[in-house]
Amino acid sequence: MAAPSETAHLKAEAMIHGALAPSDYLVVAPVAVCFLFGAVLLMVRKRVDWHPWLAIPGFALLLAVDVMLLLKVVADGPQTMMMGAWKPPFGIAFTVDMLGALFVATAGFVALAAAIHATLSMSLVERRYGFFPFMFLMMGGVSGAFLTGDIFNLYVWFEVLLIGSFGLLILGSEHEQLDGATKYCFLNLVATTLFLITTGYLYGLFGTLNMADIAQKAGRLEDDGAMLTIAVLYLVAFGMKAAAFPLNYWLPASYHTPRFVVSALFAGLLTKVGVYALIRVLLMLFPPQHAELATLIAWVAALTMLVGAFGALAQSDLRRLLNYFVIAGIGTILAGLALAGDGGAAEPSIIATAASAATAAPADAAAAPLLPGSGPLVVGLSGAVFYALHSIVVMTALYLAGGTASRVAGSSSLVVMGGLWRARPGLAALMLVFLFAVSGLPPFSGFWPKVILVRGAFGAGLPWLGAVILVTGFLMTIASARVFALAFWRNAPEPAAAGPGAGNAPARFDPKGEASPVAAMLPLVLLAAFVVAAGVFPQWLASLTDEAARGVVDPAAYLGSVFGGGGS
Amino acid sequence: MRTIIFRFTAPYLTALMVLFSIFVLLRGHNDPGGGFIGGLIAASAFAIYGIACGVAAVRRALYFHPMAISAAGLLFAVVAGLLSIPAGTGFMTGLWIFPHVFGTELALSTPMLFDIGVYLVVVGGISSIALALEERESD
Repeated sequence: MAAPSETAHLKAEAMIHGALAPSDYLVVAPVAVCFLFGAVLLMVRKRVDWHPWLAIPGFALLLAVDVMLLLKVVADGPQTMMMGAWKPPFGIAFTVDMLGALFVATAGFVALAAAIHATLSMSLVERRYGFFPFMFLMMGGVSGAFLTGDIFNLYVWFEVLLIGSFGLLILGSEHEQLDGATKYCFLNLVATTLFLITTGYLYGLFGTLNMADIAQKAGRLEDDGAMLTIAVLYLVAFGMKAAAFPLNYWLPASYHTPRFVVSALFAGLLTKVGVYALIRVLLMLFPPQHAELATLIAWVAALTMLVGAFGALAQSDLRRLLNYFVIAGIGTILAGLALAGDGGAAEPSIIATAASAATAAPADAAAAPLLPGSGPLVVGLSGAVFYALHSIVVMTALYLAGGTASRVAGSSSLVVMGGLWRARPGLAALMLVFLFAVSGLPPFSGFWPKVILVRGAFGAGLPWLGAVILVTGFLMTIASARVFALAFWRNAPEPAAAGPGAGNAPARFDPKGEASPVAAMLPLVLLAAFVVAAGVFPQWLASLTDEAARGVVDPAAYLGSVFGGGGS
Repeated sequence: MRTIIFRFTAPYLTALMVLFSIFVLLRGHNDPGGGFIGGLIAASAFAIYGIACGVAAVRRALYFHPMAISAAGLLFAVVAGLLSIPAGTGFMTGLWIFPHVFGTELALSTPMLFDIGVYLVVVGGISSIALALEERESD
């Protein structure tokens, strides 16, 4: 045992000194807000009439701190806070760069929209069961995963969000839900265990869990295959979370069973957490290994896209169809991560082609800020991040709109639905916007990231991948057209079919939202505003995602925030 | 399980175990023990009481719903972190005060507050599971 004075001296050396400004706490604020409101809501679980009045301000506050954090990162670059003031790499770091800030802000945005929708669509029983506390718990996990700078801590946040999502998944305790939840739980636990084992390997190799420290050391370490092993294992673990092709079967098996709001949150956020982790680990920590795996990722991306698109064409239930849209979106994002392939060789050519294309077509102003001095990796990653943010918003919006449509029609089966164009023209118009966006048609938010990705794929020497993106877009347009034509455009098929013969328990689509259609539309209008804004004025978002991509490919600022600015 | 011997001893056993769990909780900062293990001991105490005297008696004795106890623990843990904001140090930094109460120096700290939070989360979570299982059995 060291003498007390020596202990104090050692402790003083190991800790960070100096006062922090209140704005520095924004880094941890999203997580703290989620757990604070989650705990309070759990304490008043029986007072279900209080829940909306606590939850909506809670999510509004979450969005506010997320946006303030994003603004701070835009202004000052990456931010770090060390838990317990222990110096890196020994303390647990919360480090947020542009990538994390963009994801966390988008997550806060869709959570607020989903919460507003949930106040109308959730029955009192489901509220008593704890919908809002579970949702705050899940959002705490999601925010923590986007903010943390420690890879073991990332695992912990995955567990937190999984626990929250288990609770949300079985809300209602129906037989079908328990069936879906079993598959979901089992496969997610397999993926999480793989993540944990891989993290054990990683710790054995590097002796550190701090991501910035790993990124530093990985460059110096001689690669003897161990790092490639770790990278492949992470690819499998996160690919399973993200529902990439060979490991995507759990998603269509479980996402259609919970309430629409819950599906919306899952589809919007949970798979994207997997994508985020993949970007963070493969591209920031193991860039050489990522380059070796790029061809594999390209194949996975192409197959994921095609499985999603063909799956969507084959479905006759709105929710199952949307499940496949999620998978197709994941494939498109992964395509952006595959563009490192011919990095060195293709670099000059893409700049040349892109620059000439930019001058030839000044209308493509969105892509222009991306181009100067950026390799295919940055272009692809920027497109992937843009597409991921778009996908978070659009998938949430589609499920929420689909939920409202199913409540009006009394069923989520495309065979039974119909006549919604006349019954709810506003909803139909919004649905059309979201379907256009998810298919990647202009002038909505899905168009520009696809332009960036297709162009990046051609520039990186992977024209077949670009072709797959375009074919997927075409197939998804057909699937979207089917949804719109069957559920909205045609007349309601049979008055009898929409009644008792609908095949779905009426309780599942109890027409609660009808009481105040304006409030039911509010979250959809909010989400549509983002979709239109990002589609018509893509420059602001493209410049942010471009900066995010640069920050991941060249993490100097991230490392500086952990070891330089944040360390003193 | 409702033998007269068990029913007679269970309340004493429960009281002793809860007392011991608090002792384990408080010694946990520097010695083996702490919130998690203390919480498990307390939860098993309530489980024993439930087996002996019925779930309704436990629920009456706890007064609050176990999930609410759990939530209060979560709140304590978050507050232990938030206290570092007025102090201007990194989130979750250990902060200590040493007030003198009746001539004795007390060491109060945010790690202790956090540990109490863990204790309550474990007590609430495990007892709510245990009580639910015992209730199912007695149906």
